[in-house]
Amino acid sequence: MKKLKTSTRIIIAIASLAMISAYYVPLWQILMWAPQYPEGLEMKIWIDDLSGDVRIISALNHYIGMKHIEVSMFPEFKYMIYIVGALIGFGLLTSLVNRRFMLVAFGSLIAASGIAALVDFYLWGYDYGHNLDPTAPIVVPGMAYQPPLIGTKQLLNFTAFSGPDIGGWIFLVIGIVVIGLLALEIFKYGKSAK
Amino acid sequence: MNTKINRIVLSLGVLVVLLIGYGCKPKGPATVTTGDAASKVYVAPGQYDEFYNIVSGGFNGQMAIYGIPSGRLFKILPVFSVFPESGYGYSEETKPMLNTSHGFVPWDDLHHIALSTTKGEHDGRWAFGNGNNTPRVARVDLTTFRTAEILEIPNSGGNHSSPFITENTEYLVAGTRFSVPMGENRDVPISSYKENFKGSISFIKVNPETGRMNIEFQLRTPGFNYDLSRAGKGPSHGWFFFSCYNTEQAYTLLEQNASRNDKDFIMAVNWKKAEEYLAQGKGKKEKAKYAHNVYDEKTHMATSTMLDEVTVLDVMEFPDIVYFIPCPKSPHGCDVDPSGEYIVGSGKLAALMPVFSFSKFQTAIQQKDYEGDFSGIPVIRYEAALHGEVKKPGLGPLHTEFDANGNAYTSFFVSSEIVKWNVKTLEILDRVPTYYSIGHLSVPGGPTAKPHGKYVIAYNKITKDRYLPTGPELTQSAQLYSIEGDKMQLLLDFPTTGEPHYAEAIPASLIRDKSVKIYPIEHNEHPYAAKGEKMARVERKGKEVHVYMTAIRSHLTPDNIEGIRVGDEVYFHVTNLEQDWDVPHGFAIKGATNAEILIMPGETQTLKWEPKEVGVIPFYCTDFCSALHQEMSGYARVSPANSNTPIKFSTGDTGGQK
Repeated sequence: MKKLKTSTRIIIAIASLAMISAYYVPLWQILMWAPQYPEGLEMKIWIDDLSGDVRIISALNHYIGMKHIEVSMFPEFKYMIYIVGALIGFGLLTSLVNRRFMLVAFGSLIAASGIAALVDFYLWGYDYGHNLDPTAPIVVPGMAYQPPLIGTKQLLNFTAFSGPDIGGWIFLVIGIVVIGLLALEIFKYGKSAK
Repeated sequence: MNTKINRIVLSLGVLVVLLIGYGCKPKGPATVTTGDAASKVYVAPGQYDEFYNIVSGGFNGQMAIYGIPSGRLFKILPVFSVFPESGYGYSEETKPMLNTSHGFVPWDDLHHIALSTTKGEHDGRWAFGNGNNTPRVARVDLTTFRTAEILEIPNSGGNHSSPFITENTEYLVAGTRFSVPMGENRDVPISSYKENFKGSISFIKVNPETGRMNIEFQLRTPGFNYDLSRAGKGPSHGWFFFSCYNTEQAYTLLEQNASRNDKDFIMAVNWKKAEEYLAQGKGKKEKAKYAHNVYDEKTHMATSTMLDEVTVLDVMEFPDIVYFIPCPKSPHGCDVDPSGEYIVGSGKLAALMPVFSFSKFQTAIQQKDYEGDFSGIPVIRYEAALHGEVKKPGLGPLHTEFDANGNAYTSFFVSSEIVKWNVKTLEILDRVPTYYSIGHLSVPGGPTAKPHGKYVIAYNKITKDRYLPTGPELTQSAQLYSIEGDKMQLLLDFPTTGEPHYAEAIPASLIRDKSVKIYPIEHNEHPYAAKGEKMARVERKGKEVHVYMTAIRSHLTPDNIEGIRVGDEVYFHVTNLEQDWDVPHGFAIKGATNAEILIMPGETQTLKWEPKEVGVIPFYCTDFCSALHQEMSGYARVSPANSNTPIKFSTGDTGGQK
């Protein structure tokens, strides 16, 4: 059973603890601009909540038949706190158990969580943008309003941007660090240890 | 023959003289702007003005908000006058704002603006205005640009000498323009003026946190006319100066009879001294009936309270509160310079302007350097208080403001000009014409301890040929001059609403970021608010029908109402559910005998409607709110007075359609 370098263990522990920030900062943001909204509208996605101009965005979107955005629309808010908790726990355990297979598992978990989150967000966005009320005041034939997954997109009079917020960036850095460490352990320290 | 030639020569000669004469005719005013005036007042689209100009509307009873230097009008702000555009004075919530001891008074004459100050400098919190006719003062909140409070002034014959303020907004004053009989016996012959008529100066305390006003005390003063005033500042803080005219005590044909004396007075009031007497319990409680109206931003509603008592100090009994300083010929302005040392008297009919020195005035009091008394009140010897006179300044001086460099700018009504002069040396530095007949003028921060300078704005009484004519009644106007160089430079004419009297200009940075955008719906404590469509409903209470209505883009809830009967009093309590900046909704219903209401986001306002005939009556949103604004409407069914149509209401219910 291959062990980990002490430096790796310390960094893994720190990275795991850094994930606690997810409970205190927004993870994702959607920003929107229109001629009448030069100051922009924003929606922030937290681990278990939404904030920003959600009410105004919903009020505007009802014209094209989009659903009213509510916290209850997102079952994810109920279990995301546990998923992140589990990730933190697993990271600390990895540091403690001091085995490379644990690090492999931890790296895979983080990567899988990130991909799952994006897929989940894409699916919500698809439903939100396509599943429209047929009796809406404004129906533009063939038009769907799926928000961009990442990046900028023009939706009628709105320019919408979607991207990570502080929490999202922290996760991204943690992911890179963990997978980077894993690579170091396998390809560098792994060989020299023999 | 000879005589014929002579005649021809003579005729030609006359013609030549006429032509020469015509060539020498003075040039019209159209050509007086010079150089880069346009670029100095151009505020590019999307850019902001540097100053707010808060301008009294005179006989329209309003204030108007302009940008300086562009002269663009941003807002008409109703204060003492009803305003059907917003429903001010028509909605059930705002009607109490215009209540007085005489009942509902829907109009007044707003002459002067005072912006709140802290340590003598603008703090951007409140604007005060006076009601000249039915004596009142008002406080406008500069976060909402709405009238927040109106206080009636008892024992006043017209509130002209108002609402000037002390350097920390401790007090604002309300001095009566006309003296009148006061107290128990007011049914007296007009000719008993000298015996029975009295002046009155109210000192209104302003709560430093809330801005709430109350009449702390009134000074009973000799009977003549009180015109304008200014508080001391710096060394003269604790004193207030009032210009007085009609010391002749005339009660008829004042034009002549009140213009006889060579000198009238500036009345100096030691209000700290008055406070001492009050603390000793020397004030007398007198019965007086006056209304105090306050608008509550949480209930979105005004309440009017009738008060019944004031505390009075008769200055004839406490002569060390008040001193008179002689000032030539019916003074209008009595303006205190930024240092607080100099007081400029502007005698409307005088050929010179005296500048008094506060320190010399204090010495004169110590040395009792008096030239006599008036009603037992000492009159200081003119020369003892005089710093010096501005000689031949112009005709008809009215009002003086100051820049930060020791210069004064005085308006001259008769000679229609602004004159710039040095306060210390009294030397005249420059003069520019105004078009025409300037009344007040304003330098940004001019009445404060720290003028912002840069411009002087003239508020003119006559415009004549300056604008396209609009029949017999022409626009009023203001003119903007640069005072950055040694010479004043005319930059811009801009029309104004009503008749501007006094105005103040304040840097936009002191107000702009504090501006309220919405009223949070969760703080709405209006008893008839419907804080969500689920709370929208219709309730009958006898003859009263209360509609709890919501407005949000782009529908009203309920929008179908039945069960109203002829003779009912229907109250539409409309709550704007929007929480988005600049999305007001309006509400109007056919046949309403009052006005519309405009409801700001998060606010509730009520329109009363008394249907007189049977039918189905449309109502709709009057403020173009959204792409589907035209669809934002509904119907109210009115049944006969004796009918049994049940109360029924809905939105979006198409079940009954056949």
